[in-house]
Amino acid sequence: MKIQFRINGVEKNIDVDPEMPMLWAIRDILQLTGTKFGCGQAYCGACTVHLNGNAVRSCITPISAAAGQTITTIEGLSTDASHPLQKTWVELGVPQCGYCQPGQIMQAASLLNQKKKPTGAEIDQAMTGNLCRCGTYTRIREAIKKVAGVRK
Amino acid sequence: MSQKNLYMTRRTFVTGLGLSTVGLYFGAFAYAQNKATTEPSGAMGPKPDPEQPVEEQKSIGLNPNVFIHLAPSGLVTIVCHRSEMGQGIRSSLPVLLADELGADMKQVKIIQGDGDKAYGDQNTDGSNSVRGIYQDMRKVAATARMMLVSAAAARLKVPAESLEARDHQVFHKASGKKIPFGDLAIDAGKLEIPKPDQVKLRPDKEMKRVGGKLPLIDGPAYVNGTAAFGADIRQPGMLIAVIARPPVVGGQVKKFNREAALKIPGVKQVIEMPQPAPPYGFQPWGGIAVLAENTWAAMKGRDALAAQWDAGPNGQYSSATYRESLFKSVRNPGEVMRNVGNIDTALSSAAKTIEAEYYVPHLPHVPMEPPAALAVFKKANGGSCEVWAPTQNPQAAMTEVARVLGLKEEQVTVHVTLLGGGFGRKSKADFCSEAAFLAKATGVPVRVQFTRTDDIQNDYLNTVSAQHLTASIDEKGKVTGWRVRTAFPPIASTFNPKEDRPGLGDLQQGVLDVALAVPNVRAEACRAPAHIRVGWLRSVYNIFHAFAVNSFIDEIAHARKMDPRENMLEIYGPPKKYSLDELGVKELRNYGQPLEKHPVDSARLRGVIEKVTQNSKWKSRGKQKNRALGLAAHRSFNSYTAVVASMRKRPDGSLFIDEVWIAIDAGLVINPDRVRAQMEGSVINGMSHVLFGGVTHKEGAVEQTNFDGVQLVRMSTAPQKINVEILRTENAPGGVGEPGVPPVAPAVANAVFALTGKRIREFGFANSGLQV
Ligand code: FES
Ligand code: FES
Repeated sequence: MKIQFRINGVEKNIDVDPEMPMLWAIRDILQLTGTKFGCGQAYCGACTVHLNGNAVRSCITPISAAAGQTITTIEGLSTDASHPLQKTWVELGVPQCGYCQPGQIMQAASLLNQKKKPTGAEIDQAMTGNLCRCGTYTRIREAIKKVAGVRK
Repeated sequence: MSQKNLYMTRRTFVTGLGLSTVGLYFGAFAYAQNKATTEPSGAMGPKPDPEQPVEEQKSIGLNPNVFIHLAPSGLVTIVCHRSEMGQGIRSSLPVLLADELGADMKQVKIIQGDGDKAYGDQNTDGSNSVRGIYQDMRKVAATARMMLVSAAAARLKVPAESLEARDHQVFHKASGKKIPFGDLAIDAGKLEIPKPDQVKLRPDKEMKRVGGKLPLIDGPAYVNGTAAFGADIRQPGMLIAVIARPPVVGGQVKKFNREAALKIPGVKQVIEMPQPAPPYGFQPWGGIAVLAENTWAAMKGRDALAAQWDAGPNGQYSSATYRESLFKSVRNPGEVMRNVGNIDTALSSAAKTIEAEYYVPHLPHVPMEPPAALAVFKKANGGSCEVWAPTQNPQAAMTEVARVLGLKEEQVTVHVTLLGGGFGRKSKADFCSEAAFLAKATGVPVRVQFTRTDDIQNDYLNTVSAQHLTASIDEKGKVTGWRVRTAFPPIASTFNPKEDRPGLGDLQQGVLDVALAVPNVRAEACRAPAHIRVGWLRSVYNIFHAFAVNSFIDEIAHARKMDPRENMLEIYGPPKKYSLDELGVKELRNYGQPLEKHPVDSARLRGVIEKVTQNSKWKSRGKQKNRALGLAAHRSFNSYTAVVASMRKRPDGSLFIDEVWIAIDAGLVINPDRVRAQMEGSVINGMSHVLFGGVTHKEGAVEQTNFDGVQLVRMSTAPQKINVEILRTENAPGGVGEPGVPPVAPAVANAVFALTGKRIREFGFANSGLQV
């Protein structure tokens, strides 16, 4: 089935099983590999992308849900890694292995879209679906607070 | 002809690295670092770095060994031959070389080394990358520096001693003359290479960047999605393979529905994997592979197989029963591995004895990136295979791939991608050889993709252990005896099924090497046959030994009604370096390091205990209402760490950890920020162990399937603050990736006891009825 949507500002029309999770359509069909596979069952957040600006777990969202909608992946968050979250992530040395970080950043970006200055508890709540096996949580918190301009 | 041969330049031999052949491999792996793209990128396979013109790649320049190359343009290329899995080696090792050389980091390019014996040992395991090769790596760069200085001396007609290499130039102080490195490259490249014993290192104080703030080399690529991990590598015409593996180790396929799988749109082939035979080692796991155009189709195809299995000889393995058999084992004497004084007399004449048993289940690795590997097989010239994989050990992958394909190792190339976490899982070559087998069987490029369930159920789990500890106390309240019995299937069993009890190499991790100021000590190894493939997990046996030792010391403190810190300092004893005799052991493997260089030094253990209790305000903070502190300390991988965990109680009675302090003495440190990051990660890792435990087996198979069963610390359970202190000592560099983990679990368990009076003797709070 043909499904049409916008991804990172580009119109796409792909012929694909409508039940295919967005994750695999993005990675395997569109070959955008910044979005990661971690669990396939909405437990880890590695696959987080934005659907119309809101964070969704692409591993459990069928690609049909994107028909006529707008997807943003980590590659589309900024064209040159200049998004404040991306810059602060590097500055504070957040990533260890880096694998969970596209998902973490997309989740954080969605949080800040909804709430410019979240409280510590709101940050913890919004980010708790995103696992980081390397354990970079304290730095993730710090980076979000820095970007949001809220005091630690 | 491979690129490697094209660019093979000079031959040399660097003592201590065991180098035999050389070749600086250019254009290996180009990580696009700053170029985010909004367009589908795809085709991220290996390609020559566009920033490096072909001519320059071929230029001779200065290339005294396999690790370093200076082009006439001034570009220095440094090979990172160890795998990057989050520890920051790609940001650390090259800086060490650049500092020794006197290079400007802006003109240094880092490439990832393929698997190649020319680099010496590449196994990124055992916290060894800096610990083991610090001096050798400096020598590699110092060799190049000496040759540049010699070339400059000849050109300026001045003595070499009057010259200095820094800022990418050679300076002559007296005349103010200077020559850029690049201008010297060709001349220097023609000089004779100094013999290793003639190579002089810089004085340490000239190592300007080492120990300072260093940029995170792959930072930009990590945050813009261009960092290439195992599953991000593509080849034209590639198929994705998802494999149904036998759920029980040693099991076999009984039946499956090939046609149903082939009916799924996108599925191309169904192939039976070779059946592994013991010893399992790194062999593919067997089962049936479904190959498809995309991952989703492959996964659906595998479901459609509806495979059924014969469990085989391990079909009865159950965690509940095995746990009991381990306890039975440690309740009886084992083989004596350490002996000081006479423990039997100490116990029989004691005023009081204390006994406790501890149990730690199999722990999974669950790296965030599930294993994946891409292989391309070519028939021409007797066959060759190229593999791209997030491997911690490319040389082991070469060996295993060659074995599976019936090739020579020289016919196999292994490219190392970034690793989305390793923790020991990716030092095993199984996923690489599965891909290689399928690439040969199909004749097209194949990427094997593990799902999370595959990862959890086909892991080389950390082993399962029980320990029985007994201490004697005399009438004056002094601790007079310490006996530990430990039982766990050793990792050696994966390679030799006859290995059924811990050996010397295993017990160096927190049994034989524990400094104990106790006059009578005995350690015994008890029997524990394996039923699964066990393997290394970050910190390995230290995890459960440090848990038992530190918990037991805490139990002794409470029995003696002493402050846990004072009691711990008394038991670990006064500052002292222990001899083998004093430890009561015949041999100590000591993580491959000589005891003279890395002694068992209670002064350093005391150092981290004192620092961490000072930082956490041990005396005052622990007395606050609804809050308690727990302390633990441990030596591992030639480093010393101590942890204080602060635990609090909410009004509803549930517990949480609000703050953790950790101190490490790893001797000389190259990249403090990455060490700090490793300590932060270790705290989270150790908390996951003790809070949530590991996996369980039923009828031989792992019961858990995803992150609902295997739970990890999340943002909501992570401490608000982790305070890291790196002790700056002059000691030789110790490990950093692993030593942070072992003391975390016992510090948490001791905090639980201090707060609630409930003693945690197993991992997994759920088992003790405590809420977190
Ligand atoms: S891969 Fe989607 S939440 Fe884990
Ligand atoms: S940085 Fe490795 S999983 Fe988060």
